[in-house]
Amino acid sequence: MSAKESAIVQFDNVGLRYGTEREVLSNISFTLFPGRFYFLTGASGAGKTSLLKLLYLAQRPSRGGMRMFGADVITMPRGDLPGLRRRMGVVFQDFRLVDHLSAFDNVALPLRVSGVRESDLTGPVNDMLEWVGLGHRADARPATLSGGEQQRVAIARAVIARPEILVADEPTGNVDPEMALKLLRLFEALNRLGTTVVVATHDYQLIRKVPDSLIMRLDKGTLSDPTGALRYPPKRTSGGVEA
Amino acid sequence: MTQKPPALGRAVDRGLAPFRGRRAASLLPRTRLGGPVPWVIAIMVALTVLAAGGALALSNLAASARGDLAGSATVQIIEADDDLRAEQARRIAGLLREDPAVTELRMVPESEVAELLEPWLGSGEAVEAVPLPALIDLQLAREVDDAALEELETRIAAYAPSARIDSQETWLAPVLDALRTLQWMALALIALLAFAGIAAVWLAARNALGGNRDTIEIVHLLGGSDAQIASVFQRSILLDALVGGLLGLVLGAGAIVLLAGRFAALDSGMVAGGSLSAVDWVILAMVPLFAVVIAVYTARMTVLASLRKLL
Repeated sequence: MSAKESAIVQFDNVGLRYGTEREVLSNISFTLFPGRFYFLTGASGAGKTSLLKLLYLAQRPSRGGMRMFGADVITMPRGDLPGLRRRMGVVFQDFRLVDHLSAFDNVALPLRVSGVRESDLTGPVNDMLEWVGLGHRADARPATLSGGEQQRVAIARAVIARPEILVADEPTGNVDPEMALKLLRLFEALNRLGTTVVVATHDYQLIRKVPDSLIMRLDKGTLSDPTGALRYPPKRTSGGVEA
Repeated sequence: MTQKPPALGRAVDRGLAPFRGRRAASLLPRTRLGGPVPWVIAIMVALTVLAAGGALALSNLAASARGDLAGSATVQIIEADDDLRAEQARRIAGLLREDPAVTELRMVPESEVAELLEPWLGSGEAVEAVPLPALIDLQLAREVDDAALEELETRIAAYAPSARIDSQETWLAPVLDALRTLQWMALALIALLAFAGIAAVWLAARNALGGNRDTIEIVHLLGGSDAQIASVFQRSILLDALVGGLLGLVLGAGAIVLLAGRFAALDSGMVAGGSLSAVDWVILAMVPLFAVVIAVYTARMTVLASLRKLL
C-alpha cells in the first residue's frame, strides 16, 4: 500500500488566506496516517485553528492540494462534503454546544444527523455521558454546566459516532490539570481503537504525557517537523518519537 | 470515567440518512405561534380568499349577464302617431320574421312597455298622453355581428325612419368591461399578496437563519447536509403556514359569507348572478394550501441559498 493510499489526510503545498489579507498558512504539506496520535503546537496566532478549520472542512484552502479519506477535497462537489464530515469528530475550542439542547441531545446530535434511530442511540449516548462523568447531568442545558462539564459534553459529542479522525482544538484549555489528564487518556483510548487523533495545544506538559505522539509545529503559518511526523514512515524509536 | 469508551464498539452508519421529524425540529428553539409568521400568513390568506372570492363572483356575474342577454336585441320604433307606429311595427316584424339572422321575435305589448317605464313616467292618465315607443324583442343567430345588425337597421329604416336596433350586448359591453377590469384588479391584488407573502416568509426564514446561525453551523460541521438543515426550517414554516392558512381561510370565508348576505338583501337579479358555486368554494379552500406550498418552497430556497455560502 502506498503512502498516498493509506493516508487519512494529505496536504500538499496548501496556502490559506482570508479575503485579500496575507496568507495565514503558507506551503503546508503533511500526511496523517490512521491510528496515529498527533499534536499540533505553536504559539497563539501561529495558525493552529486555521489549520484545524481546513482539517474539519470548515474552510477550503486558497491554494494547494488536499485529500481526505482518499478523496480530493478541492475538486469534490460541495454536496459530498457532509459524508466526509460524518467520518470526523471535532472538539471546538469554544465547545460550540447547542444552547437550547440538553447534554444528552447535544451528544446525540451526530448520531441523529447520521440517521441513527432513537431506540439505537439512547443507550450509547447515556453510556458516553456516564463515561465522561456526566451521567447525572444528561438533562442539563449547557448554560447550567461548568466550563469543564461543557468541555466533556463537547468531547463526548465528538467521539460518540466513533470517528475515523478526531480533531480537537485546545481541548484541555478550560479544565484543571487532573481533568486534562483524564481527557487525554480518553483520546488515547480512542486512538488505541484506531482513530487518528489530532490535538492542537500549546501545553508541552500535556504533550510529554503521550510519549508515542507525533508533533507538528506551526510558526507564523509555516509548519515544521520536529518529530518526523510529516515524513513517511514517521521516524520513530522503539520507546517513542525521536525528537 | 471508566477505562473503555462505551459507545465506540459500534460503528455508526454514516450515510446521508434523513434527519427529520420532531427531533430535527427541536434544533430551532421556537415557540409555536410565538413569531409573526402565522399571523402574517393568516392576514395574507384572508385577503387573498376575499380577493379570489370577489374575482370569482365577478366572473360568475359577467358570465350570467352575458348568458342572459347574449344574442338578444330590441327594435325601438318611435313615432308619435299611434296608428302609424303600430303599422310600422307590424311591417318591420314581418320583415324580420323572414330574415335568417332573427331566430325569435316577440312584439312587446304596450302595457308591458308602460310597466317598464312606470318608475320614470308614473301611471294613469298622464302616461297615457305620452306616446310610447313600440318595442320588438329579437333573439339573433349567434353569427350575427355588428355589421349585420347595421345592415338590418338600414333595411328596417325603409319602413320606419326612426326605428333603431339596440343590441343588448352593446349596452352591456361597458358593464362587462368594468367587471373584467375589476377581475384583473382582483387577480393583480392576489399576485401582490402572494409576493408580499413570499417576502414575509423570506424575511422570516432569513431572520430564523440569523438567530440560529450557531446551531446551523454546528449541525453543518457535524455532517448535516443542506437538505437536512433546510428540512428543519421547512417543517417549522409548514406548521406556521398551516395554522396561519386555516385561520386566514376562516376569516376570508367569513367575510365573503357576510358580504354575500348583504348583497343578497339587495334582491337584485344581476347581483344574484354573482353568487359562488360549490366549485368556487373548493377553489377558495385551496388558497391556504397554495400559501403553505409557497411558504415552504420559499423557506427552502432561502435556507439553501444561505447555506451555500458555507463550505
